[in-house]
Amino acid sequence: MGRGPVGEPAIIKYVNNSLASVDDVSNTDGAMILIKTLTASSSATLSFVDGTSDVVLDNTYPIYKFVYTSIHPSSNGAEFQWQANAAGGSGYNETHTSTHFQSAHNEGDTDTGLSYTTSMDSAQGTGGIILNTDVGADNDQSCSGDLWIFNPSSTTFVKHFMSRSNRSDAGDYSVDNFHAGYINATAAIDEVQFSFNAGNIDAGTIKLYGIKDS
Amino acid sequence: MALIKLNNRGVRNVSAFGSVGVGSMVFIKKLTASSSGTLSFVDGASSVVLDSTYKEYLFTFNNIHPSAKADFTFNMSIDSGSNYNVTKTTTYFHAAHDEADSATEVALGVSAGSLGQSTGFQLLGYQIPTGNDECGSGYLRLFNPSSTTFVKHFITNCNEVSIGGGTPYSINSFAAGYGNTTSAVDAVQFKMSTGNIDAGDICLYGIK
Repeated sequence: MGRGPVGEPAIIKYVNNSLASVDDVSNTDGAMILIKTLTASSSATLSFVDGTSDVVLDNTYPIYKFVYTSIHPSSNGAEFQWQANAAGGSGYNETHTSTHFQSAHNEGDTDTGLSYTTSMDSAQGTGGIILNTDVGADNDQSCSGDLWIFNPSSTTFVKHFMSRSNRSDAGDYSVDNFHAGYINATAAIDEVQFSFNAGNIDAGTIKLYGIKDS
Repeated sequence: MALIKLNNRGVRNVSAFGSVGVGSMVFIKKLTASSSGTLSFVDGASSVVLDSTYKEYLFTFNNIHPSAKADFTFNMSIDSGSNYNVTKTTTYFHAAHDEADSATEVALGVSAGSLGQSTGFQLLGYQIPTGNDECGSGYLRLFNPSSTTFVKHFITNCNEVSIGGGTPYSINSFAAGYGNTTSAVDAVQFKMSTGNIDAGDICLYGIK
C-alpha cells in the first residue's frame, strides 16, 4: 500500500487478482437494456412516455424494441394497435404509411393462407397502427410479438418501424403478422401508446428495451 | 478493519473480473456513413470482431440515406476484405404500399433480389430515394460466419421509403439465404448499388 500525502488517503492499486471474485457490477448489461415493463390489468392503454416513470425514449438509444407478451383483450376480436406522439405534440395521432401481410392456419387444419392485408395497412393515416386484428378473448387466447422503432429522436428522417407477432385468432387460427412502415414526420417521437380498438387490455406485459450503439 | 471505498479511478485498469454478466448481446462496432462508397467490417481491423467469438452476429442499419436513388446491398468476404464476392443463393420478397393508397402487394418483387449462385451484392433495401427525410432501416443476422464446415446463413429485414411512379411507398423487404462457402467469412461490406451512402449508421453486435 502506498503512503499518501499528509491528510489524504493512501493510494491503493488493485490488480486483477484482488477483483477476481467480483460478481456484481453495474453498467455491464450488454447492448440491449431493459428500460421499462408495463403490466396490463384491465388497462385501456399502456403508455411509454419519455421522462415519466423511468421511461427513456429519446436519443439515448438509436433503436428501441418493444416486446409484448400474452396480450389478452377484454373484447373478442379486437385490434391490438399502437400510436406515437411527437415531442411537444398532443395526442397519439402521427401520420403513418405501412404494409401488413400475414400467414394463417386454422386449428381444424382445413384452411391456410398467405396474403397482403389491406384492412390492416395504412396510407398517411393518423389512427391506430394495427399490429393484430381479431385477437381472441377466450381465456387462453392472446397475441405476442415485438415492435422495433428506429431512431425516434431524429429530427431529419421519417421513423421506420417493424413488427412481427403471432395471435390466437378469434376464429381459432394461428396468424403470423408482419407489419412495417414509417411515421411520416421529422419531429422527434418521445411517446408510444398501446391499446385495443375496443375494450381493454385485460392482461399481458409490454417491455421496452434500448439498443446501444457504443 | 479499515473501510476502503473503490472508485472508477481505482479499478479502471482492471481487465478481468469474476463472474460478472455482461448480457447476451454485445456491442462491437459502429460505422457512420458520410458520403461513403462502402462501409466495411473486417475482423481484426479497427476493433472489429467477426470470428468464432460469437455464433451469431447482428448488424443494425439506421437511417441509411443514399446520394442517388439506389438499392442498399451487402456482400461477404473470405479473405479479410480483399474481395467481397462470396457465392450466394438467396430469396427476396417484400410488402409494398404507397402513400396514395392506390397500390399494395406482397410479392417476390424484383427478380434481381433473389440470387442463384451469384457473387454479386445482396439486395437489402429496394430503391431508396434521396429526399431529405427518406431512408431505410433494418437488420442483418449472420449465423456462424467462422464455420469451416457449413454454408453461412443470413436473415435480413429492412423497411425503406421507396418511389414508384412518383409516389412514395413504404416497402418492407425480407432477404435470406446462404453464402455457399465452407471457408470462414471474416468481413462484411455494405454499399448502395450506385452512388454513396450519404448518411446513416451501421452497428455490429455479437450474440452470445
